[in-house]
Amino acid sequence: MTALTKLFRTTTFRLSLTYLALFGAAAALAIFYIYWNTTVLLTRQLHDTIDAELKGLAEQYTAGGLNRLVRTVADRSQTPGNSLYFVADPEGRRVAGNLASITQQLSNSLGPVEFEYSRPAEGGIETRLAFANVFRLPGGYRLIVGRDIEDRRELARVIRSAMMWGLGVMVLFGIGGGYLVSRNLLARIDAVAATSRTIMEGDLTGRLPVNGSGDELDRLSESLNLMLARIEQLMAGLREVSDNIAHDLKTPLNRLRNRVEAALHEPYGEPAYREALEHTIEEADGLIKTFNALLSIARLEAGAGGDNKESLDVAALVRDVAELYEPVAEERGIVLRADQVEPVFVRADRQLLGQAIANLIDNAIKYGAPERVQGGNGSEPEVSVTTEARGPMAEIVVTDRGPGVPSSDRERVLGRFVRLEASRCEPGSGLGLSLVSAVARLHGGSLRLEDNQPGLKVILSLPADTHALVNGAAHQASGQELRPA
Amino acid sequence: MRVLVIEDDQETASFLRRALKEQGHVAEYAADGQTGLELARANAYDVLIVDRMLPKCDGLTVIGSLRAEEIRTPALILSALGEVDDRVKGLRAGGDDYLTKPYAFSELLARIEALARRTSPEEGSTRFVVGDLVLDRLSHKVTRGGEPIILQPREFRLLEYLMKHAGQVVTRTMLLENVWDYHFDPQTNVIDVHVSRLRSKIDKNFATPLLHTVRGAGYTIRDSAH
Repeated sequence: MTALTKLFRTTTFRLSLTYLALFGAAAALAIFYIYWNTTVLLTRQLHDTIDAELKGLAEQYTAGGLNRLVRTVADRSQTPGNSLYFVADPEGRRVAGNLASITQQLSNSLGPVEFEYSRPAEGGIETRLAFANVFRLPGGYRLIVGRDIEDRRELARVIRSAMMWGLGVMVLFGIGGGYLVSRNLLARIDAVAATSRTIMEGDLTGRLPVNGSGDELDRLSESLNLMLARIEQLMAGLREVSDNIAHDLKTPLNRLRNRVEAALHEPYGEPAYREALEHTIEEADGLIKTFNALLSIARLEAGAGGDNKESLDVAALVRDVAELYEPVAEERGIVLRADQVEPVFVRADRQLLGQAIANLIDNAIKYGAPERVQGGNGSEPEVSVTTEARGPMAEIVVTDRGPGVPSSDRERVLGRFVRLEASRCEPGSGLGLSLVSAVARLHGGSLRLEDNQPGLKVILSLPADTHALVNGAAHQASGQELRPA
Repeated sequence: MRVLVIEDDQETASFLRRALKEQGHVAEYAADGQTGLELARANAYDVLIVDRMLPKCDGLTVIGSLRAEEIRTPALILSALGEVDDRVKGLRAGGDDYLTKPYAFSELLARIEALARRTSPEEGSTRFVVGDLVLDRLSHKVTRGGEPIILQPREFRLLEYLMKHAGQVVTRTMLLENVWDYHFDPQTNVIDVHVSRLRSKIDKNFATPLLHTVRGAGYTIRDSAH
């Protein structure tokens, strides 16, 4: 495709041509309309003038017969102007008037007629257009009263040429303008296409050119740039996750492999094998857990798994999950409080939300014990879970008295596999909060961490279900329906 | 116990058959859904183990067809799809339990034994007795050797589930699913702590322990005197 055909194919160029045709037609129509109206007006004036003259001459004729008429015509012929007079005898010869002669055609016609006549002018004789009314007088005489309308012919010529020139210039400018605009646009589009090609080739840092004019192309480029930024961010996230997977899955896999290999070389026989195999299973179970958690997060982030939402009382679910963890908390010397009875309804998947609450409580119990300060000045080892309706949101707030999370790390700990150094000694995959965050997003909510002074305050915020109060009780029972027992 | 394994992966199937035989069960095998359906129609099995994705006729269709023909053999679905939605679909199709791959054999065994027991008459009984431990489901009272034992509602349900499956191994996941109705991984050994609390209430002051830990599998309640 040559540059020119490419240019002709652009939308702008085609649009220019279309508009050119439309404007051309409109202009031609307008000019024709003006011409037509002018002609009509002039013709009417002409007729009026001739009629007035005729009326005058008719009066003369009535008053003084042919002689008087001839005299008057001769008189009027002396006056310079556009009026033309001619009185012809029955043979067609001139009796009076300012026309030199008349043609046979004119002398034979009757009523209004358009004709050409000659008259002397500078440097010869010119032929001019005229309009006249021919009357037959008694005795075979004819009276011709007319006016020179060469000016009108001139006007038509001028308008025609104006129209030609005007349209010509318009076409020229239209095509030229279309060409320039299209070339400009084409250059910008080509730049966008070139950039997108480099991006497709793998350079995600590329951005589409924006010239700052704020026009539609700029706006499009800006949106596309935002999209590119999001894609780049997602790709970075993906890369980070694959790095993490590489680390957090490969390390245990490697450990597992080493252990099996070592067991094979173990000289002590069966008991050693058995022990190695048991360790292998343990390690495999850990891997499966991590893998499952990763898959769940990936599915949740892809928006899957929201098909089983029902209206449920979060406060009840919180109490229920807290009850599950209460003995573990007690074993660790932590008081777990979740004794709110006032119901707060949300539309949620019971299992997913249950898991999210479980993860939060589990974290609080694992990491929320206050550091033992010398002198026993540490705060009460307490984990509290409350549920409250705050405007359109239902907030599940889990607080502990542990070391908390420094504000600089609060965003980061929601990421996959992120574990703060302080928590490395506790077992865990670093996926707990990522999962809670994914569950929150799936339900249209959010997860945020705050300072509990001292300790950590985790707030899981979900859109409240305001229509649920009436039928809430019915939904409470529905959690039981899948129980196989 | 006579078990039918419908599983297209040869290795998994032969592992399951060998392991089930070791446990004293009779295991038969079908490599695709069609054959599985025909076998399940023709023979009386105690439990079906059905892989979800099968050649010719998938696992859910097999179970659906059987249920439509009023064949109520308990079925355990095995699947690599482990999300809540998948579980719900499996159970709606007529499956009785759902186990996600990869699984521990002990978990599978405990679950099929529990399923096989469901068809036994004990299911509907109002009183469970293990040794001198008695649980009355109607009055919600528990006694051991005639002495009343006070249990929290959840502890009562835990004991009820264990006693319903007396003599069988019950896994932690089974307890979490059936007593708490949670189908997720609680991360911590929460179940163990609940069981040990229960144990302290029913076994502590008695000479013979009834509630036993089965290493690597779960728990079982049984009268060891028998």
